[in-house]
Amino acid sequence: MADPAVRKGAALQSMGLAKEESQFRLYARRFIRNRTAMIGVAILTTFILLAVFAPVVARENWDFLDLMATKKPPSGEHWFGTDIFGRDVFSRIVWGARISLAIGFVAAAVSVIIGAIWGAVAGYYAGSWLDVTMMRIAEAIDSIPVLILLVVVSSLITRSIWTVMLIIGITSWPGLAFLVRGQFLSLRERDFVQAAKALGAPDPRIIFRHVLPNVLAVIVVSATLRIGNAIIFESSLNFLGYGAPPPYPTWGEMLATGRDALREAPWIATVPGIFITLTVLAFNFVGDGLRDAIDPKMKR
Amino acid sequence: MWRYLARRTIQLIPLFLIVTMLTFGLMYLSPGGPETIFLAREDKLRNPEEIAKLRDKWGLNDPFPVQYAKWVGNMLRGDLGRSFTSGRPVMEGFRQRLPASLQLGLVSLLLTYLLAIPLGVISAVRQYSWMDYVASTFSFLFYSMPVFWVGIMLIAWVALPSGGAIPTNGYANPNITLESSGLVPLIFDRLRYMLLPVITLTLTSMAALTRYMRNSMLEVLREDYIRTARAKGVAEKVVIYKHALRNAILPIVTLSGSFVAGSLFGGAVLTERVFAWPGVGWLSLKAVNQQDRPVVMAFLVFGFFVAAAFGFLTDIVYVWVDPRIKYS
Repeated sequence: MADPAVRKGAALQSMGLAKEESQFRLYARRFIRNRTAMIGVAILTTFILLAVFAPVVARENWDFLDLMATKKPPSGEHWFGTDIFGRDVFSRIVWGARISLAIGFVAAAVSVIIGAIWGAVAGYYAGSWLDVTMMRIAEAIDSIPVLILLVVVSSLITRSIWTVMLIIGITSWPGLAFLVRGQFLSLRERDFVQAAKALGAPDPRIIFRHVLPNVLAVIVVSATLRIGNAIIFESSLNFLGYGAPPPYPTWGEMLATGRDALREAPWIATVPGIFITLTVLAFNFVGDGLRDAIDPKMKR
Repeated sequence: MWRYLARRTIQLIPLFLIVTMLTFGLMYLSPGGPETIFLAREDKLRNPEEIAKLRDKWGLNDPFPVQYAKWVGNMLRGDLGRSFTSGRPVMEGFRQRLPASLQLGLVSLLLTYLLAIPLGVISAVRQYSWMDYVASTFSFLFYSMPVFWVGIMLIAWVALPSGGAIPTNGYANPNITLESSGLVPLIFDRLRYMLLPVITLTLTSMAALTRYMRNSMLEVLREDYIRTARAKGVAEKVVIYKHALRNAILPIVTLSGSFVAGSLFGGAVLTERVFAWPGVGWLSLKAVNQQDRPVVMAFLVFGFFVAAAFGFLTDIVYVWVDPRIKYS
């Protein structure tokens, strides 16, 4: 009980955030029957299609300025109104979907890759100096509130969309590392690991080919939830002035600039926020749906 | 118990070293320094001699390990250095801003737990009732919203239409003091300013906690000992509040440390920024903007200490809620 990393893993596990894998098709069937998960899938499909077909869907290009029509309220011509430079908010939402979603996916991928490998190695060698060192580093990063770390790191470098993705990924992996390590602690005692060892399989092979696939379900659930989080982080960074630089529209950037016209044109800040919320909500629905499908004990 | 806590304290030492090294390393690599502020003011930025003199005075020409050791050594003596921008001790700035942050943070923390735990319990006990749907929808929605957006929306759709009745920024009306207006107007004024920041922070942190609580409670309600308690005729109220709740709260306590540090602390920084709330978070964000390294470093370490403190608190509360736990 003394090890906080173990305890956090155990707590997450007891709340159904972690469980091992069994049959894929059973999961798929359960997932499809989950109504909220399907709502999430529907929302995400719509947004991804919007992003992919942005050139067709958007009525204007994202940088088309109409200085004669600034801060126009929503109307038939401009569904979501226009912003302070007279740009069509709907069109920018559609173009922004590309970058916001991309940031979410890539940042989550970075964080999942680091977190999974870190947790796997530490968990497999649990108790050794390697594990202790790795866990101390993870705890140290985890002990500084992510947002603060994000802002400080972002302030030090030349920002681009890529660095924003990377930074979000690099600062937010420890949670997953604890989770994966917790799973490894019990898995490494299992017979199949002993068998692989007895057959002389090298450690990296045991870790990544034999044990890690058993944790895949946990990782997938966590990855889904992380995409939503990453989108929120991006918008927060943007709001604080450290987001992806202009001119590309992201939902966070639109929201941040809309703040300057709250009194005359509240829709500029409102609309992108609704899209962020819906997207994150959808990822959470899907993530929870996946978790319930994998671990139905949680559901009823 | 005390021996366990002592050991935890000792374990914090390497953690502290890693955090401070990380912080210092980050800052060491960052551009700027006091010269960009002081010398720019006197238009001497082009004079390399002046720059060298100033950097020498601030000890910035020492080798990395010396600078680091000095910084940590001074910090342990309660000296966080001086701000590059104001030239005043960093500690002073923090001390001035801390009460406002604590006020916002603690009130929101209290409200969050007071509302989220009962809401989660009711949601679980009456699973799939309309109450559960309302609570679940609420927590999913607010969990998915950026904190600062909730704040901005409250300003746009509540405060601005109120025509000034609800303030959108600041901490208090400077014209209302204890001497000039008396206690009741003073409290009323403070509450008015606190209203939107507290609502913002509480709603967004409640969302996650309600969800955790509901899931944890559902898990416990399926346990055998709950069925046993019901079978032997224990009143339902007692089953829920005495048998189930005490067990369901354990995972919540465990997660509370990181929850408070991450969700509430990060949320507070954003909330302070939205409402121009004169707290530590706002001060530090300004410092980041101005590359005021000593203040930023202090803030990172401060974040670490808040997290560590809540980690400790978690351990102590843990023993209290779960008598089975004996730290050895």
